[in-house]
Amino acid sequence: MSDYVELSNLTKIYPTPKGPAVIVKDFNLKIRKGEFVSLIGHSGCGKSTVLSMLAGLNDISDGGIILAGRELSGAGPDRGVVFQSPSLLPWLTAFENVMLGVDQVFYTGSREERREIVEYYLTVVGLGDSMHKKPAELSQGMRQRVGIARAFALKPKMLLLDEPFGMLDSLTRYELQQVLIELWRKNKITALMVTHDVDEALFLSDRVICMTNGPAAEVGDILEVPFERPRDRKTVMEHPDYYKYREHLITFLEERAHRKTSSPVPTPPSGPSPGTGSVSKANVSTESRFAVTH
Amino acid sequence: MKNNWLKKIDWIVLPLIGVGCVLLLWQLSCSTWAKELPSPARTWTNSKDYILKPFEKRGEMDQGILRFTWYSLILVAKGYALALILGTPIGFFLGLSKTFAKTFDPIIQILRPVSPLAWLPLGLVLFLGAGKNASELGALFTIAVCAMWPTVLNTAVGVRAIPQDYLNVAKVLKLSRTKTLFKVLIPATLPYMFTGFRLSLGIAWLVIVAAEMLTGRPGVGGFLWQEYNALIYEHIILCIVTIGVVGFVLDRLMSLVEKRFKAA
Repeated sequence: MSDYVELSNLTKIYPTPKGPAVIVKDFNLKIRKGEFVSLIGHSGCGKSTVLSMLAGLNDISDGGIILAGRELSGAGPDRGVVFQSPSLLPWLTAFENVMLGVDQVFYTGSREERREIVEYYLTVVGLGDSMHKKPAELSQGMRQRVGIARAFALKPKMLLLDEPFGMLDSLTRYELQQVLIELWRKNKITALMVTHDVDEALFLSDRVICMTNGPAAEVGDILEVPFERPRDRKTVMEHPDYYKYREHLITFLEERAHRKTSSPVPTPPSGPSPGTGSVSKANVSTESRFAVTH
Repeated sequence: MKNNWLKKIDWIVLPLIGVGCVLLLWQLSCSTWAKELPSPARTWTNSKDYILKPFEKRGEMDQGILRFTWYSLILVAKGYALALILGTPIGFFLGLSKTFAKTFDPIIQILRPVSPLAWLPLGLVLFLGAGKNASELGALFTIAVCAMWPTVLNTAVGVRAIPQDYLNVAKVLKLSRTKTLFKVLIPATLPYMFTGFRLSLGIAWLVIVAAEMLTGRPGVGGFLWQEYNALIYEHIILCIVTIGVVGFVLDRLMSLVEKRFKAA
């Protein structure tokens, strides 16, 4: 399929008293229609900056972004954004929060139609019984469900997720990843997610983009994730290659992110198995994960 | 056990002791060094007509104390409304625009500490052409110009304190300016605005007395000034107590409203 989103030579420079600070430099990425891409990297490497430029919340210093054949300028409801904090307006109910966006996008539809859209998405994310509650009455996880419903209800061309589950406990995080991936599959929305959770990236994405550390962060490595869809967590994690991919990403984050290089990664997913030290480390974290899930 | 019982009633007992202390000090003062000051007992005897028949009208400047209070409250309500109508938008502009803030903040800081007693003559001069309405318009001007600052400043602080998250939502959804104002900015600023409104009401009530004293309008302040000139000092104390009680009640009412908005 052809490229649906194209980020070319995307650059972000902040002027500071000590001179310009280059956060992101010449960031190039193409995303196919319907693809789910994750962006991982250390905190502060500039991955959120890339996402917020795509969302139109941050000005682009240089380069450009094309979405569905059009160059982007500014923010707009054609991109549904799920923020790290749910960012709900506390004086509105869950229903009203979603309706705020639906009113903007489907202003041609009747009141009834818009109400149905809002109710549909809130029900799909599992809030059928709580849609008329205020955010203060909802748990953190439920609030983020509202955030997801709000983004999908816009029927956007693209979904942008900025560490959407970063503030949740791991059990809730798994539940919401499931909610997200099902909605994504039904709606066939092109998605870009920023995360620093390697397992989350592997479970959800078709491709994982590793970013080098800032300043002047760029694409360091790209990993294709070939697990079959629809995915389920257990099958994915039991896949024979799962730990190879996982190791690959962790190795990048631990060793290569800080070194600025654009040469291909020496250990591709099918390459030699990683050293014993790192394998045992990976196993330890898996055990704790299973302890949580079961 | 005994301690517990004491603790349960101390909310009423302790304030009464406080009032008692002040009465004692008052009694001591008028029986020693302030010979002209009426004693608490004399104050009561000479004021009870005004308190026990609070709505009676015997003459333009001789009316029950609640009747006077009512006149004062009406004038305050008008001036206060004017203060909010002017102060809230100014606060929003200050909070939203850095240029506006840089332009007008210095002059606001200079005008803010000016006393109502200084504004009133200017108010009277301003509305000199208004004939018999001049004193009312001058008083309203003074109340508004003195009372609006807390509303202006708190609204500005509130607007600046709106979380970036909310503004991002407005941006991403591409809400129009009007929709952003009414759906995001105003609801997010309301708690701050109400703090400003409460402080402004306190000031408006302070100013009314000064305004009535100088313009000679019927009301608590006008009555106070007239009785001072008529050497009936008991009534000065009556007015002071009334002003204090009314101010206290107004503040309590406003803080109830404020709490409702902060909880929401």
